[in-house]
Amino acid sequence: MTEEPANPAHVADSKADVRAAPLLRIDAVVKKFGQFRAVDALSLDIAAGEFFALLGPSGCGKTTLLRMLAGFETPDEGRILLDGKDIAQIPPHQRPVNMMFQSYALFPHLSVRDNIAFGLRRAQMPAAEIGKRVAEMVALVKLEGMEKRKPDQLSGGQRQRVALARSLARRPRLLLLDEPLAALDKKLRESTQHELMELQRKLGLTFIIVTHDQAEAMTMAGRIGVMDAGRLEQVATPRVLYEAPRSRWIAEFVGDINLIEGKLDAARDAQLTMARRLAIATAQAGTIYVAEPQPPPTKANVCVAIRPEKVKLSRRAPTSDDARAINRFEGVVTDVSYLGGSTFYKVRLDTGAVLRSAMANTTRLDFDAYSPGQRVAAWFSPEDCVVLDQ
Amino acid sequence: MSAEANFTRPARLAAIAPYLWMALFFLVPFLFVLKISLSQTAIAQPPYTPVFDPGAGWEAIKAAFAAFSIDNFKLLVSDDLYVLSYLRSLVVAAISTAILLLIGYPIAYGMARLPQRWQGIAMMLVIVPFWTSFLIRIYAWINILQHDGLLNQVLLALHVVSSPVVWLSTDSAMYLGIVYSYLPFMILPLYATLSKMDPALLEAAGDLGASPRQAFWRVTFPLSLPGVGAGALLCFIPIVGEFVIPDLLAGSDALMIGQTLWLEFFTNKDWPVASAVAVILLILLLAPLLLYDRLQRRQLEQT
Repeated sequence: MTEEPANPAHVADSKADVRAAPLLRIDAVVKKFGQFRAVDALSLDIAAGEFFALLGPSGCGKTTLLRMLAGFETPDEGRILLDGKDIAQIPPHQRPVNMMFQSYALFPHLSVRDNIAFGLRRAQMPAAEIGKRVAEMVALVKLEGMEKRKPDQLSGGQRQRVALARSLARRPRLLLLDEPLAALDKKLRESTQHELMELQRKLGLTFIIVTHDQAEAMTMAGRIGVMDAGRLEQVATPRVLYEAPRSRWIAEFVGDINLIEGKLDAARDAQLTMARRLAIATAQAGTIYVAEPQPPPTKANVCVAIRPEKVKLSRRAPTSDDARAINRFEGVVTDVSYLGGSTFYKVRLDTGAVLRSAMANTTRLDFDAYSPGQRVAAWFSPEDCVVLDQ
Repeated sequence: MSAEANFTRPARLAAIAPYLWMALFFLVPFLFVLKISLSQTAIAQPPYTPVFDPGAGWEAIKAAFAAFSIDNFKLLVSDDLYVLSYLRSLVVAAISTAILLLIGYPIAYGMARLPQRWQGIAMMLVIVPFWTSFLIRIYAWINILQHDGLLNQVLLALHVVSSPVVWLSTDSAMYLGIVYSYLPFMILPLYATLSKMDPALLEAAGDLGASPRQAFWRVTFPLSLPGVGAGALLCFIPIVGEFVIPDLLAGSDALMIGQTLWLEFFTNKDWPVASAVAVILLILLLAPLLLYDRLQRRQLEQT
């Protein structure tokens, strides 16, 4: 698939228009292992200066794609254009692309300094310049004083920094990062995410990161490509990906979501607050009104998707003239998970469906909290619903 | 509470066992050899004096100690025969080890890069010769190399040579025998280090601009040095003392120290000189043995 069509939901976001002369163009690339198509006719453009994330479950082909960009795998079909030049058949050591490995792959027999200088020496850089560049890189990743240490004398976080400095030392046109933070603990991972973003902005480089961690992808990347079974399911900014998923698979893969299956019921479509609302007849939650999606659904059997934080709970139902609360239900709280910043509720509606709702804990007091067994009203706005094919 | 107190009695016994073993089967025999090397040859049973006789009393033992001399060692240093033998042993071992490295490294490298299921089979092929007696294999080589042996027959049939070539009783035959016999000892430690190496390291080298050749010399080779060291010492040390192969395959004009020792002991019946030869040989090998020990220790610390 190619670039996302005009944003279907009215989601405000206007990041990076890539259609103008991309730095990297992946053109119908296929990689087969025996009969298995690890990457299946995949096309993607990435602009200079982008921070792009490849996200997907394990075995989806994201690492294979990255390895083709680095040159460790050769595509069976298709082209990989870097600055307009096809690099698909060029061996790794002749590409202006560097990779940071998941295992870091630091040379155990070389010091921090020699690890970072390894690529510069191969590029025949004069010794004085190598010294300068290494010092610059060491300062960049804040490893001053560690230059003479061997990798086995460093902590996990320090090794990660050496790997980063080593892959950045040659100033690659494109930096590939294969699960770069997977080996770090949670706190360190979060601070490193921000350091990586800052670094990428400061150096003006193009980063492609492979990750299976969606929070990581959303935090760092300007755009995310979600892969499944060797194909890109959707390429979009984090916000579009979350608020306007293209398919039921994406909706379920990215974040948490309530899905209610139903049928379009054109006879009951309504004009509410000056906007047309489609009526969807569901077995488990009666009629749900949704904002008319662009483009309109093509099949009658659809799925209403609503994120938990958009399902509001209250003790009493909102007034019946509140158009935002036109989708309103009565039910019983069955499950409460307190997560600190928010609380997750499961509500069994009287009509049968189970809705999940996430409520932000905006005060320290618990008068907003609900307990299991309590009767509540659950309601959500037609604008917050996404209509997807079943 | 002291640290030792944490160990149970069986654990302490287990810790002492290797030292007991070494004392019983290495230190005590070595002291015998050392004692004999300081004695004089004699036409007697045993063929040297002095002999300790615990029943003869304290004075006799003191007299025996007084009779010790280092004449045998002086002889070894002054007589060319021994010096040349030692030198030849060291040179033969060094050359053989170099050839073994040149042949063994590519084989081990190839094995380590085979698909996983083929590696076991390759390993079997390396070890299979051990299933036949070492002596039988050397005799088989004699058969192949002799005047009307298989090698000459093939060369003649192919018209590579017009008359049989003398192979047997040459240094070439000896090197062939040594390299053939010791190859597994070179391959196995090399294979062990090479197969443990993370393939991502080579990818990283390539990614950073190293050609496959540079990646080999900058990454693979330095990282395989512990294996190179272990293999080289594992071959060098026993080859220095090698007796059977040079005796059966090499000519008789130059002797290795093992052969000289054998001659002193069995032909000359000069046990004291033979013992002195052995003591010096051990001292010569002490340096590489200690080096090997250090390498092994470092390997253990890394894993």
